[in-house]
Amino acid sequence: MNVERLRELAISDTGFVFDPYSGFTFSVNETGRFMLQALKAGHAAEAVAAQLAEAFDLTPSDDPSRDVHEFILMLREQQLLPHDDDREG
Amino acid sequence: MIRPRYERPTLIRHVAGMMNKYARVGALKPLSHVDGVPVARLVEQFGSPLFVFSERTIVQRQHELKDALALRFPRSQLAWSYKTNYLDAVCRVFHREGSWAEVVSELEFDKARRLGVPGEQILFNGPFKPESALDKAFSAGARVHLDHFDEILRAERVAERRGLHPKVTMRVNLAVPGTPAWSRFGFNLENGQALDAAKRLRAGGRLELAGLHCHIGTFVQDVDSYRQEAKKLALLANQLQRELGVRVDTIDLGGGLASRNTLHAQYLPGDQVTPSLAQYVEAIAEGLEALDAGAAPPTIVLESGRALIDEAGFLVTTVHATKRLPDGRRALVLDAGVNALVTANWYKHDVVPAQDFAGMPEPTVMYGPLCMNIDVLRDQLLFPPVAPGDRLVFKNVGAYNVTQWMQFIVERPAVVLVSRSGEPAVIRRRESLDTLVSQEELPPWLR
Ligand SMILES: Cc1ncc(COP(=O)(O)O)c(C=O)c1O
Repeated sequence: MNVERLRELAISDTGFVFDPYSGFTFSVNETGRFMLQALKAGHAAEAVAAQLAEAFDLTPSDDPSRDVHEFILMLREQQLLPHDDDREG
Repeated sequence: MIRPRYERPTLIRHVAGMMNKYARVGALKPLSHVDGVPVARLVEQFGSPLFVFSERTIVQRQHELKDALALRFPRSQLAWSYKTNYLDAVCRVFHREGSWAEVVSELEFDKARRLGVPGEQILFNGPFKPESALDKAFSAGARVHLDHFDEILRAERVAERRGLHPKVTMRVNLAVPGTPAWSRFGFNLENGQALDAAKRLRAGGRLELAGLHCHIGTFVQDVDSYRQEAKKLALLANQLQRELGVRVDTIDLGGGLASRNTLHAQYLPGDQVTPSLAQYVEAIAEGLEALDAGAAPPTIVLESGRALIDEAGFLVTTVHATKRLPDGRRALVLDAGVNALVTANWYKHDVVPAQDFAGMPEPTVMYGPLCMNIDVLRDQLLFPPVAPGDRLVFKNVGAYNVTQWMQFIVERPAVVLVSRSGEPAVIRRRESLDTLVSQEELPPWLR
């Protein structure tokens, strides 16, 4: 996964995200922040899902793997990940 | 170490004007009870989706309007607009509190009579009244509101056949700046048609012109429109008295008062901008000051529909699925769609979870269960995370939904009324396959 743009993001502890490239700002929740940090560090989607399951208190209906993939789509939509990137795992 | 609770991830881009697009954030509070009855219990008992009405709210709103009228006019009368919600139980609540019935079809007329409303307490509006309807209305002593010249002829014929000289009201349409004219109903004031109709009635000698009626439109948020409407009707009443010696006993200003909903095109939320019922009445009273002082002041009638019932109605729905759209929005699939909530086409309905929630609100779109693109209950709002099985409550849905709802693909939901003492009871059963097929026939060659 090409995470160049993610590396440029400033991510605060409170979930405030600044993209110096576009000037846009975002809010992420706790899990979103976790995913952003992990993806930025170059971890693959499945690895991030496993880390989430470690770090958070899950209920049986939660599905971190689904959510990581969904989050990647959201990042693409916001142009924070390239659209043509198919090496995401 | 205590691990934080897992939530589905959110990523929300900050957009200038987001408040406007998505309405207020942070003001969202769950609605877990209706008049003390837990929403969860209602769904358990009566199923989902479910319309819930608060008798307490209906009574309160009606009293608020009645009291405002009584304060300003020696004689006033409310007439419940049947088309707004003609469930028996709802009409009964209105009639018990003194409202008459305002009907616009023979079916509605029959429904009012069946409920025990005396003929003299029925106002019969609308552009379509066949002879059978006029005959019933005159025989029962109802007040017919004449809509056009052909109707005058028809009504004269029917009355003559019955040997009656009924009092009638003339529906008038008039221009009020800022409000689109409903010129298709009644006789136009500005071009002299209304005066002609009055002359025609007098010449006919069969129908006694005794009232003026006008309904300027619906969801009218500017009270000044009512001031102008009232003034124009007052001046017409003066003219009728002066030129034709006709003295009206009733001036009916119709309905159209806005509820606290928010139109799609509206910038500020309805609960901030909708005038109070008293403000509307105040404006009407000011307009009617133009009436010449006479022996007996006319009875002032209002046929307010949505402003009296919207707030009393709730639609409880259940989240069936959540999904992520390609544009990043969270989409909810609910068990009720525009089939049940027809008014989603007009309003950005206020919707809240029925249970406590946590997590960051994000742009959300709410879909119904219909396999159709138009089935959207809310297209843009900031909404907290919800999961399948969670309940949502749409507010201010009491008007027009349980009369205009569609039977399409699924059954119409049940309707429950919560009594003033907090007891829920079914007032319309959920439909079933039997409801649907009971109207159908297989012709002999297909059996
Ligand atoms: C003649 C008449 N009276 C009353 C009403 C009730 O209108 P509202 O619900 O806007 O108060 C209507 C609705 O169209 C109407 O046509």
